[in-house]
Amino acid sequence: MDNGQNGSNGVASPVCNVAPIPEAEIAAICAAHGNDQHRMLDILREVQDRYRCIAPSTMDMIAAETGLTRIEVEGVASFYSFLSLTPKGRITIRFCDDIVDRYCGLKDVVEAFEDVLGIKTGETSPDGEFSLEYTPCIGMCDQAPAVMINDVIVTGLTVETAQSTAEALKQGTSPEQLVSDRFKDLTPHERALRMVENNIRHAGEVLLGPVPEDAGLNKAAAMTPTQIITAVEESGLRGCGGAGFTTGRKWRFAASERAEKHYVICNADEGEPGTFKDRVLLTERPHLLIEGMTIAARAVGARHGILYLRGEYVYLRELLEQVLEERRRRNLLGKAILGIKNFDFDIRLQLGAGAYICGEEGALISSCEGLPGEPKTRPPFPVNRGYLGYPTVVNNVETFCHAARILDKGAKWFHDMGTEGSHGTKLFSVCGDCLNPGIYELPYGHSVWELLEMVGGGDAAAVQVGGPSGTMIARDSFHRKLTFDDLATGGAIIVFNGERNILEIVEYYMSFFVHESCGYCTPCRVGNVFLQKAIHKFRKGLANPEDVDYLKDLSATIIETSRCGLGMTSPNPILTTLQNFPLVYSVVTKPNKDRIRDTFDIQSAIDGARKIAKRRSYIFDKDFTQ
Amino acid sequence: MSGTKKETGFAFTIDGVEVTAYAGQTIMEAADEAGVYIPRLCDHQGLRHQGSCRVCTVKAGGRSVAACTQPAAPGQSVENETPHLNKMRRDLVEMLFHEGNHLCPICEASGNCELQAMAYRLDMTETTRFPYLEPCRALDASHPDIALDTNRCISCGRCIRASQDVDGKGVFGYVGRGIHRRVAVNGEDLADTDAEVTDHAISSEVCPVGCIIRKRVGFVTPIGEREFDKGLIGHEIEEKRK
Repeated sequence: MDNGQNGSNGVASPVCNVAPIPEAEIAAICAAHGNDQHRMLDILREVQDRYRCIAPSTMDMIAAETGLTRIEVEGVASFYSFLSLTPKGRITIRFCDDIVDRYCGLKDVVEAFEDVLGIKTGETSPDGEFSLEYTPCIGMCDQAPAVMINDVIVTGLTVETAQSTAEALKQGTSPEQLVSDRFKDLTPHERALRMVENNIRHAGEVLLGPVPEDAGLNKAAAMTPTQIITAVEESGLRGCGGAGFTTGRKWRFAASERAEKHYVICNADEGEPGTFKDRVLLTERPHLLIEGMTIAARAVGARHGILYLRGEYVYLRELLEQVLEERRRRNLLGKAILGIKNFDFDIRLQLGAGAYICGEEGALISSCEGLPGEPKTRPPFPVNRGYLGYPTVVNNVETFCHAARILDKGAKWFHDMGTEGSHGTKLFSVCGDCLNPGIYELPYGHSVWELLEMVGGGDAAAVQVGGPSGTMIARDSFHRKLTFDDLATGGAIIVFNGERNILEIVEYYMSFFVHESCGYCTPCRVGNVFLQKAIHKFRKGLANPEDVDYLKDLSATIIETSRCGLGMTSPNPILTTLQNFPLVYSVVTKPNKDRIRDTFDIQSAIDGARKIAKRRSYIFDKDFTQ
Repeated sequence: MSGTKKETGFAFTIDGVEVTAYAGQTIMEAADEAGVYIPRLCDHQGLRHQGSCRVCTVKAGGRSVAACTQPAAPGQSVENETPHLNKMRRDLVEMLFHEGNHLCPICEASGNCELQAMAYRLDMTETTRFPYLEPCRALDASHPDIALDTNRCISCGRCIRASQDVDGKGVFGYVGRGIHRRVAVNGEDLADTDAEVTDHAISSEVCPVGCIIRKRVGFVTPIGEREFDKGLIGHEIEEKRK
C-alpha cells in the first residue's frame, strides 16, 4: 500500500492508450442516465466496465454531455479505487488485502496467480487480458482469502485452487463460468450462494430467525407517520452501522422538516475491515430491508429512496434489482403502495466504486449525488439538508431490518431484549483465529468471553472489537460487554491468537486509513501518513521511548481537528494497543546496556549516505578490503 | 452571509470578549467583524467556506469545530487563543510544511506567504518532528503568463473556488484521494485551460503560498517590504478592535 511518499497518484500518468472511443457511444451511456451529473458514478462505472479505462478524451465527452467541466469529471474518476484513468485488463483480479486474509495465506495465493498469469500485482498483462491488484477488505473475512474477479467473488482460496482458477481464466473461462457451468440458469440468489457462504452460526429472534413476509409494513400501513416514529423511538433502536444514533429521533427530525421532497437512503457500504453482517442480510433478508425502508419512507414522507451498495458487493446487484422489481410488481413499491392513496415510494440502486469513506453518512450522500465521496460540512445535518439539499434519513441495512420487525412485533418486544441503553439483538460478524467464523445474532450484553466460547476462539490473545476504528482489547478485558455503553461495535469482531504480531496488525490498519482517507482535511490526510510511518519505525525496532509520546501527541491532534469520523477514529488502533498492550511497545523501544537499540543496524543506517557518496564507509564497512 | 438585519443580532463570547453575531453568521465571520482574528488558511474573504485546513479550529461549547463553517450560537463561549488550540494549529501548519516542499529562502512568495506567516504567528520556532514527504510534481510553465508549482500547494482550494465562483470559469479542481489528493487544472496543462493572468483566481491574494506564480513580476516588491514584513498575519483584522 502507498505510504504517501510517492508524489504521483496516477492521475497525471500516461494517457490511456486504447483505441479512441466513438463519441456516440459515450453520449449513449450518458443519455441512458439522463445526462444527469448526479448519476456520474453510474456513468463512470459503465464506461469503466465497457472500455476498462476512463481516458481524458472520454472525460471531455462526459463533461460535455452532463454539463460539467472535465476537471469535475476527473475529480470523481480519480477518487474511487475501482475507476481507473489507465487501461485495466479485460479481467481484473482484486485480492482482498485484509489482515485476516494475510493470516490465511494470501501471500501464497497471490504468488500462484502471479506465476500463472506472468504479471505482478499492480500490473496489467501486455496483451491487456489481466490486471492484478490489491483492495482492502471486501467483506469476506469469514472465508478468506478471497478475491474479486471482475464482478465475481471467489472465496476460501488455497494455492491449488488459486492455480487452477488462474489457469482456467488464462484458457478463456469467463469469471461467471468459474462459479458454475450453468451460471445463466441459476437464480440471482443461487449465484450469490455459489460464490459466498452465509455462515450463519447463530440465528436470533429478530433478524435471522423466521420472519413473516411484510408483516411490519402491513401494520405500518394502518398507522400514522407519528405512530410509526413513536414505535421506533419506544423500541430503543439505535443505528447498527457503528455510530449508534437513536433511529426514532433521526426519523422524527427528518419528518418535522418541511420540504418539497424527503429521501430515505440505505447505507449498504459496510467497509469497516472485519464487517460482513450486511452481506448476509442483503442475501437472505432483502425483502425485510426494503420493507424497513418503505416503512421509514411512510414515517418521514419520502417518495424516493436509494440503496447504496458498496462496489465490492456488486455480485449482489442483480439479486437486489430482482427484489425491487418483484416488489414493484406486487405493489409494495411504486404508486399507492398497498392501495393506499399517496403512499408512493420507489428505490434506486446506487453502486459504489471502492471507497471506505462512503460509509460515512455525508460522504455516502456526496457519492449518491455523483460527487467524490467527501463528507459534508455539518451543520446542516442530513435530516435537515441531505441528498440534493432535501431532508434525508440515512440508516444502515441492519437498522432498517430491525425497524420492520419492530413494527410487526411491537416496541416492547424489542425493548425487552438486550440491556439498558442497548436494546434488541445485534449481528456480530466474527472472523480471524476462531473455529467458527461467521454471523452471530445475539442480544446486546454478552461479554467478549461468552462470544469467544461460542465461536471457538478460546486461545484468543487479542480481539479487535468494531474493526480498526474500534478497540483492540487484551485478555484482561474479555469480561467487558458488547453494548453501546461498554464495547460498541458496528458488528466486527476480529480474533487474534498469541502468534500474531500486534504491531503488524496496527501497521496494517494505519495503512488502511491512509489509503481510505478522502484527503479533504489536513489532519486526516497528512497526519495518518505520519502515524503510519511512526508505527513502521516501531516495527523495524528503530523507535525510541519518546516516540510513544509522539504517537499519543499526534493522535490527539488528528482526533481533535479532523472533519469527520474517519480521522476522529483512525488513531484508535495505535491508542487502544498502547493502552491495552503497553509491553508490545516497551519491548521494542527498550535500550540495551550500551544504550543502543538491540535492533539498531549501522549498516542499514548509513546505507543512504553510502549511496549518495557513491563509496563505502572507511569506519563501518567491515570487509573493506574486498 | 453577513447579517443586515441588526435586530436579529445576538451575543456570544470569544476568549471572554463579547461579540455580536447575526443569524446565519459563522463564528469566524462574526469574529472578523468584531476585530478578533482566528487563524485560517483555506478560508478567504469573498470565497465560500470550505473548512478543510482546520487551522481555524476553536472550542465552541466544549467541542472542537472549524470556526469558518460553524454557525455562531447565542450565549456560546468560544475559546480561540489558548495554548492548547495554538498547539493543534501549529501541528496542522507543520503538517502542511512537511506534506509539500516549502523552501522559504528560495521561494518568490517569501514574505507574502500565508503559510510562512502563520508559522511565525504560531511560534513554529522549534525543530519540527514530522517526516518530510518530499513530493516530486512537475512544474507547469505552459501558460504564457502563469506558472504552477504544485509542490508548494497546500490544497486550500482557494483558487478552485475563486475560479468557479468569482471568475465563472472552473480552471482548477481537486483530483485524487487521500494523501494523493491535489489541485489540478481543467485540461492537459494550464495553457490548455481558459486561465488568464487577470483572473481573480490567479491574483496574488488568492493563492496563500507560492504555487500560482505570475510570470515576470517576481521580486518586484523586495524582501523586507512585503505583506508580512509589516506585521503578523491577522493584524489588519485585529487593528479593527484597537
